[in-house]
Amino acid sequence: MTPKSLLNLAALALAAALAGCGTTVPLNDVPVESRQTTPATGMAGAGGAGSSGTAAQSQVATVDLARGAGAATPAARTIYFDFDSFIIKDEYKAVTEGHAKALAATRGKRLVVEGHTDERGGSEYNLALGQKRAEAVTRTLVLLGAADNQVEAVSFGKERPAVTGNDEAAWAKNRRAELKDR
Amino acid sequence: MWPRRRFIAALGSAVALPAAAQFRVEISGVGATQLPVVVAAFRNADKAPLAIADVVRADLQRSGLFKASDAPTALDERSVIVATEWRGRGVDALVAGSVSKLVDGRWDVRFKLWDTVKGEELLGQSKVVLEADLRLAAHRIADEVQLMLTGERGVNATRIAYVLRSGRRFTLHVADADGEGGQVALASPEPIISPAWSPDGRELAYVSFESQKAVVWVQDVMSGERRMLANFRGTNSAPAFSPDGRELALTLSREGGSQLYVMPRAGGTPRRLTSSSAIDTEAAWSPDGRAVYFVSDRGGGPQVYRVAAGGGAAERVTFNGAYNISPTVSPDGRLLAYISRQGNGYRLMTLDLGSGTAMALTDTQDDESPSFAPNGRLLAYATRQQGRDVLMTTTLDGKIKTRLLTSGADMREPAWGPFSR
Repeated sequence: MTPKSLLNLAALALAAALAGCGTTVPLNDVPVESRQTTPATGMAGAGGAGSSGTAAQSQVATVDLARGAGAATPAARTIYFDFDSFIIKDEYKAVTEGHAKALAATRGKRLVVEGHTDERGGSEYNLALGQKRAEAVTRTLVLLGAADNQVEAVSFGKERPAVTGNDEAAWAKNRRAELKDR
Repeated sequence: MWPRRRFIAALGSAVALPAAAQFRVEISGVGATQLPVVVAAFRNADKAPLAIADVVRADLQRSGLFKASDAPTALDERSVIVATEWRGRGVDALVAGSVSKLVDGRWDVRFKLWDTVKGEELLGQSKVVLEADLRLAAHRIADEVQLMLTGERGVNATRIAYVLRSGRRFTLHVADADGEGGQVALASPEPIISPAWSPDGRELAYVSFESQKAVVWVQDVMSGERRMLANFRGTNSAPAFSPDGRELALTLSREGGSQLYVMPRAGGTPRRLTSSSAIDTEAAWSPDGRAVYFVSDRGGGPQVYRVAAGGGAAERVTFNGAYNISPTVSPDGRLLAYISRQGNGYRLMTLDLGSGTAMALTDTQDDESPSFAPNGRLLAYATRQQGRDVLMTTTLDGKIKTRLLTSGADMREPAWGPFSR
């Protein structure tokens, strides 16, 4: 039997069929430096990233590291939670009342409440836990006078920690709900 | 040259086990039996961009079914094999071959497989492939060798999707089952989680935070074309294709609280599957499509429950431990793999759905996201090693683990694709 007779012709067709796999879809081709000027990461530019149009890859990392501290939501817009808890503590009464009042006064105003968890556990279950925290806040805002369609509860789970670290100090800062104008 | 009738006879007996294989290697103390196989370096391999035999050997080893080693002397598919010689060295089977570049730039990969116990040639093939598909050709050789020698299909030519985080950049990758040859399917400045394959291997569903909230997308892997599947008020997450590929189960908070819904693959109106005042999430279909396993904290902490795909009352499935999440069902429907909190750690477990026997597969602390190989032989999962998020595979007895290659970035959320690409 000749080697040729062993030829697997199907491989040819297969090779052609497989040739186009894995197309890349870049979501954000905007240069790094223009992202730094957006309000959400406004402080990140101070991290030392250059303003040149040919930013190196390492500068992206710098922006990211600065993000946690620099882009943090102000305290008056953040509610922290105890471990495994969804109860809004009394100390945040002023925060919720203030926002509810502002929403009731201006019906065109919209607010997004982002729920977050610490890093422990699975990403999807944490997403649901973060959602539960966010909904606890929006429910309170509605009880205090905001309209249901003015607030949306969303969750980032453990995907966007405010601070990095694997101890209770870091976890406590990450179990939070952030109130953001839309 | 070998008589043609013998070659054909060997092909016909593809599912027969090598009856008289005498030399088995026991891995110390665990009772796993591994078939000793030699995979010789392919002739001309030094001229090719890929060491084919190395890939084949690693594939066979990772399956847990083989002990693969190199040949002491140069061999190729034309070599005359003296079976008794190899048998004397404790070798049950032998693979040898060659690679050569064709004038049109493609590569001709040839190999033969011998059963050295019976003294028979079992396989002889030539695969002509594009240079970019040399790795795929090597994986296909390993799969064919595994099928011929064990009667069971290998998963080396399948793919794994995972998320890589490098600083502020999140990328959804599709790589070979050994973690190599990764290509970027999606790049984003915001997190990506929960990739899930369609049963035909053409599409990936995933959760992207690119619009500052969790939205479920479905993307065609080959063309990159993508569509928003679920962007309702609140959080949209945890997509899972039904086994027939026509629907997806997912978690929506559109009516308040995280609850399970089912949607047509093309999009449309979600049908609510669960109605509880608790968290219901992480849907995983049974292979027959009749039931959906999911995580709920309706009893306090998160546990795995099961509900009929048409809805109805849910029954609890996991009872050991206070925190059991991320269920996934084996292709034969017999095993549930999940993550269980044990002390301060999170560990990959399996639960025999028939007997109720639970078993820990790892001794690591931060296991996440189990995903069965399509042949049900291996599980991929994410864990932490030396401060890095890494992807591992393990055999179902937990004895053989492989760390998939990393580039120094954090790898998470593995999803093992189906047989078809």
